[in-house]
Amino acid sequence: MATVPNQTSNLGAIIAQHRDEILAGWLRDMIGTTRRSDLIKESELRTQCSQFLALLAQATAQSTDVQSAPFERLREMLSEISRTRTIQGFTARECATFIFSIKRPLFTAIRESLGKDSNAMADEMWRTSELVDGLGLFTTEAYLKTREETIKRQQEELAELSTPVVRLWKGVLALPLIGTLDSERTQIVMENLLKSLVDTGAEIAIIDITGVPTVDTQVAQHLLKTIAAARLMGADCIISGIRPQIAQTMVHLGVELNVVSKATLADAFAIALERIGKAVTTVRPKG
Amino acid sequence: MDERIPILKLGKALLVTIQVDMHDRLALALEEDLTQKIVATGARGVLIDISALEIVDSFIGRMLDNIAGVSRILDAETVLVGMQPAVAITLVELGLNLSGIKTALNVERGMKMIAQTVRASDDSDDGE
Repeated sequence: MATVPNQTSNLGAIIAQHRDEILAGWLRDMIGTTRRSDLIKESELRTQCSQFLALLAQATAQSTDVQSAPFERLREMLSEISRTRTIQGFTARECATFIFSIKRPLFTAIRESLGKDSNAMADEMWRTSELVDGLGLFTTEAYLKTREETIKRQQEELAELSTPVVRLWKGVLALPLIGTLDSERTQIVMENLLKSLVDTGAEIAIIDITGVPTVDTQVAQHLLKTIAAARLMGADCIISGIRPQIAQTMVHLGVELNVVSKATLADAFAIALERIGKAVTTVRPKG
Repeated sequence: MDERIPILKLGKALLVTIQVDMHDRLALALEEDLTQKIVATGARGVLIDISALEIVDSFIGRMLDNIAGVSRILDAETVLVGMQPAVAITLVELGLNLSGIKTALNVERGMKMIAQTVRASDDSDDGE
């Protein structure tokens, strides 16, 4: 790294001196480029900015390395800002611009303070530029991290939500599948089903694919695997909820399931009851 | 003396409970013993309980299929009971669907299945 850790800079003093101008210039720049008045209030932004400037002045008085200890509070604040902004719906560019738009007002302030000494000014500008770049990258990283966490959490929730095993009757399980079946989900579905078979001692499992958008050869293959595994454990499977278009596609593709299939879950349930020797009858209400 | 898996006679059925890790020679011995026993006892059903079996490979899978095939030729029906979920998944992933073997969740249901087939064939014998 070009910056020497613990190298002091005059930036802290400069910021303290020109605080109001920098703040005004920064806010103006942001309004001109990417400030999203629909997502964040101006007063809130102003508070964030002045807080940031105060911390920056404090940190730069001791070091110019973004990763060093004096910058810790600043880093914390930036993480928090990018986290809330991700949730508020800012884009990555908007998040990074929050930091990058401080460059111009800072440079103006530096020019005003050190204008007479061109060497010192060039040095200071280089250091500042590097510092702001470092902070910008840090913000982007924090933004991405929040995003990744969100995606991962949603994936997990989706996987859990979309593979329930429902007990319809003593000995009859239903497995309503929602969404596309890929290898990973098939694995989860299969494990869930087999585990429930052991737990409940069910003889019949109804796999309802009303919520499966498409059935191609691969999905059919996955379904067959699940059915075969259930059969090995001593349970019969019935497929239900094949939509008309899907039935056509399956026939055109030459996919054969070779299992009992019914149009609706109700029909499949009727068959299941018949097999376990139960029936649904109409009861005349009393009185 | 070789380790052997015991085969119990229960009415017209033979009961095999596998409670040790199946290695290849043990599986071959089981096939051999079972074949002899079916002929000797005139059994009509074979119930194999594999609820204690944690690990299977393609060889054991094929042996189970073979045993079922041999039994069928000797007019005895094989029912495989108590398969663990992990074992079922493994067999399916190995491409062994064991389509020739009947399956049941536990010994009780397996015995019921065998009793049904035995009764069915007895009835048809009486009808002649």
